[in-house]
Amino acid sequence: MRRITATLLALLLATSAGFAQSGPITLASTTSTENSGLLGDILPRFTEDTGIAVRVVAVGTGAALNLGRQGDADVLLVHSRPDEDAFVAGGYGAFRRDVMFNDFVIVGPPDDPAAIRGMTEAPAALARIAAHGADFVSRGDDSGTHKAERRLWGLSGVDPSAASGRWYKETGSGMGATLNTASGLGAYTLTDRGTWLSFRNRGGLEVLLEGDPPLFNPYGALLVNPARHRHIRAREAEALIDWLTGPRGQAAIAAFQVNGQQLFFPNADVRRNHRD
Amino acid sequence: MNTLGQAIAEAGTLLAGFDADLLEIIGLSLRVSLTAVLIACVIGFPLGAAVALFKFPGRGAVSLLLNTFMGLPPVVVGLLVFLMLSRAGPLGVLGLLFTPTAMIIAQALLVTPIVAALTRQIVADLWREYGEHLHSLDASPTARLGTLIYDARFSLATAVLAGFGRAIAEVGAVMIVGGNIDHATRVMTTAIALETSKGNLATALALGFVLLTIALVVNAVVELVNGWAGRKAALA
Repeated sequence: MRRITATLLALLLATSAGFAQSGPITLASTTSTENSGLLGDILPRFTEDTGIAVRVVAVGTGAALNLGRQGDADVLLVHSRPDEDAFVAGGYGAFRRDVMFNDFVIVGPPDDPAAIRGMTEAPAALARIAAHGADFVSRGDDSGTHKAERRLWGLSGVDPSAASGRWYKETGSGMGATLNTASGLGAYTLTDRGTWLSFRNRGGLEVLLEGDPPLFNPYGALLVNPARHRHIRAREAEALIDWLTGPRGQAAIAAFQVNGQQLFFPNADVRRNHRD
Repeated sequence: MNTLGQAIAEAGTLLAGFDADLLEIIGLSLRVSLTAVLIACVIGFPLGAAVALFKFPGRGAVSLLLNTFMGLPPVVVGLLVFLMLSRAGPLGVLGLLFTPTAMIIAQALLVTPIVAALTRQIVADLWREYGEHLHSLDASPTARLGTLIYDARFSLATAVLAGFGRAIAEVGAVMIVGGNIDHATRVMTTAIALETSKGNLATALALGFVLLTIALVVNAVVELVNGWAGRKAALA
């Protein structure tokens, strides 16, 4: 019996150690890019072009940055510009590049108890939701969307944390789970347009406010600093960033549609990033 | 109700269609959970039997711990394994995070206490019945251990199934250490969580029915083998 255990363990270690040295690179990204189907659509083309396979771990932006800090991912595709800049400035990332953007929208129940429909400024709409004490569901998970939401509350001059557990409900989970909660409660929430368009359980929720400049949601690609973690597959990871920000990747991002709508808009500096 | 009906229909279509992605996910679920249960049995049978048979200081405490660890929260085990296997953790050099091996380790940790605690109870009961007989044969401790585990094999199947049920149904640990990576570490439970988060509630529920069907098949196979072997043992 001991021999069986030993053989089994040796086998497990052998297979997985081999897996760690070569094989796919790890991309830590956000639930918005994975759940919308974007990465599933464009990454196979990258693999076809380069022969490099990619594993996607879809978590919130905060968690993705943490994975990068610990060296558990080779490359990150996230959306929280201040944190991305801090990540590179702190030496955790080698560099950051613009990849694409989409935008956030405020969705809510059709009867719109706080009457925000028709408003154009997101912070003012949030202030009105707070004034009415209407249910608002927050990600509460330190994700890029959550950070954007907190910036909007900052602009609105209202601190919703005092109402946490009453009308301000923090789910501490992903965008999909948060939308499920909002749809169940008939509450307001902030969501990225990509997840919203591909989300199937909307209940009665509708887009009530969109197009305000603070709702702009840029995504950046970061290479985890190979100087900090020797095992980072810098060459392959950089090839992915080059591809995403080059003409092939940018065209693939622009061509990706859900229900006939484009979800992400490429904005990389193609001329600077493309190398032959 | 509408979602429920849709889910049942979709589960049927999924199973009948032998969808390649679904088969891959089912295959990985079975591979991870069955391997974890195998490891748990290799450790848990002798451990549980030893606690039942041998008197040693701290035996009561070990027994209590085993029973307590049957209730280990999967998410906590996942987190501990994650911290061990992370590049920043003590076992980071192995590069095991986000691999099926990491999921097997986490599930084995969850299942071992269940197998060990149930084995302890089953073997203790047998020992009360046959203890004097084995004493009179003057069997060595290892021989006693082996004999009792062998004699208890039909009852131990329940311990194995309890462990398998725990492993195949848990989502917290495999989500954290596996990362739910498509075509790499996605299993039935994490796929269900993913579909739920996409708002595809009918698909999520359909996958749940598929998972139940798999558990039913595994349980039925064990039951059949047990019944057949039991009749054979009775005849011999």
